Amino acid sequence: MKEFAFLFRFPRANDPGNIAPEEFKAIAKKWQDWAGGIAAQGRMSNGGQRLAMEGKVLKPGGVITDGPFVEIRECLGSFIVVKAENLDEATTLAHGCPILDQDGSVEIRPIFGY
Amino acid sequence: MSNEPLKELFQQQFVKMVAVISNLFGLQHIELAEDIVSETFLTAAEEWEKKGIPENPVAWLYTVAKRKTIHLFRRDNILRTKVLPALASGHADEVDTGAFELDFSPKHIRDSQLQMLFAVCTPAIASESQIGLALRILCGFGIDEIAEAFLSNKETINKRLFRAKEKLRTENIRLEPPSGTGITSRLGNVLHIIYLLFSEGYYSQTPNRVLQKELCWEAMRLGVLLTEYELTNQPHTNALMALMCFHASRFSARQTGEAAIILYEQQDESLWDTDLIREGMHYLALSATGDQLTSYHLEARIAYWHCIKEDTPEKWEEILQLYNQLLMINYSPSVALNRTFALFKANGLEQALIELEKLKLEGNYFYNVLRDFLRTLPPH
Repeated sequence: MKEFAFLFRFPRANDPGNIAPEEFKAIAKKWQDWAGGIAAQGRMSNGGQRLAMEGKVLKPGGVITDGPFVEIRECLGSFIVVKAENLDEATTLAHGCPILDQDGSVEIRPIFGY
Repeated sequence: MSNEPLKELFQQQFVKMVAVISNLFGLQHIELAEDIVSETFLTAAEEWEKKGIPENPVAWLYTVAKRKTIHLFRRDNILRTKVLPALASGHADEVDTGAFELDFSPKHIRDSQLQMLFAVCTPAIASESQIGLALRILCGFGIDEIAEAFLSNKETINKRLFRAKEKLRTENIRLEPPSGTGITSRLGNVLHIIYLLFSEGYYSQTPNRVLQKELCWEAMRLGVLLTEYELTNQPHTNALMALMCFHASRFSARQTGEAAIILYEQQDESLWDTDLIREGMHYLALSATGDQLTSYHLEARIAYWHCIKEDTPEKWEEILQLYNQLLMINYSPSVALNRTFALFKANGLEQALIELEKLKLEGNYFYNVLRDFLRTLPPH
């Protein structure tokens, strides 16, 4: 089986920092259940890391900007690594991802093996 | 004389004496240690039959074992030519090379058993053989009992033990106190073997209930031994202890007089052992330190929730999330199936059926049981 990265992007307008605690809890549960479902199929390779919203971007000429997402509509929220036979199967695993309910997207990218 | 007291003594003392004598001779000669102890018990059986049980049977056994050891030293060629020079060259630093004194003090017994535990759980031995060797050397089980526990025959078990001991020799595994370096990975291996030992008892197919229980108690005894040393008394050691206590608390409630297992739902919780549950809580609290979340932590918490019979949404939501996390670090088909049951309890039938299909475990017996169960339920 090959490894695939799921990159979760969501609209900047839906910054989780703006979500009320109760709703946040419900969203967190959806994520846990969805990821648990992939793990239950034995397909989770790396539960991944969530990225904090703050950050810096370094550009040529030593230009540093605050926040990685000033110029893009969607920002990268987190990623996981799953196992699948091929890209199609990996894409099937991504179905039901809660990010889709938030107008976000999952980008599915094969990871090169060694 | 009835055999009972001797049998009990054998179970308690055999492993201690083998550990101490092996500590003197080195692991390569573990069979010599076993022989000496077996002969000691043979002598005891004969003498006690004639003269009755001595006032302090344990001291009697130790004295006779010492005498037999010294005797063996004098006449055995291997010991004279191989073991003695090794002792003299300082391999066993605790030994006074002049006297070869066997130290049966409680502390030395414990130290020796801890070292033996770490030696037996070396990654060099395949885990099946490890459990066998642990049962023999650390728990004092007879070959018959080990064969029964594994649903195997004596011949197979003997072969396995032989290979395991051979490995101890060829890999030159030493009996030494666990030290700071590499303790984490080695302790992980030791805990895994204890976990397997416990599971072997708890989920064993053998109809022999007494044997099952003994396997579990022995696993717990070894776990307690680890909690008695600072270096091995780690959060995940306590998590494993908590897990075993919670499971063991339901031991009596799980069993009928016959061979059948009583399912959780039908268990009479008045038969649950509340002392063990309390002990489990104690270990669970001790496990909640440090920054390492192991599968033992998660499984202990799941087992804790199962000690609360009341069916609340909170309970099943917690259990579901614990299974979600457990699957992330430690997938197995049975965990996936348990998670699906928790999903059914927490999120409802519809979702559980969809997720069940995705597991692709059609050949698995428990998969079919769960599927048939869920399909008999009304949609809402």
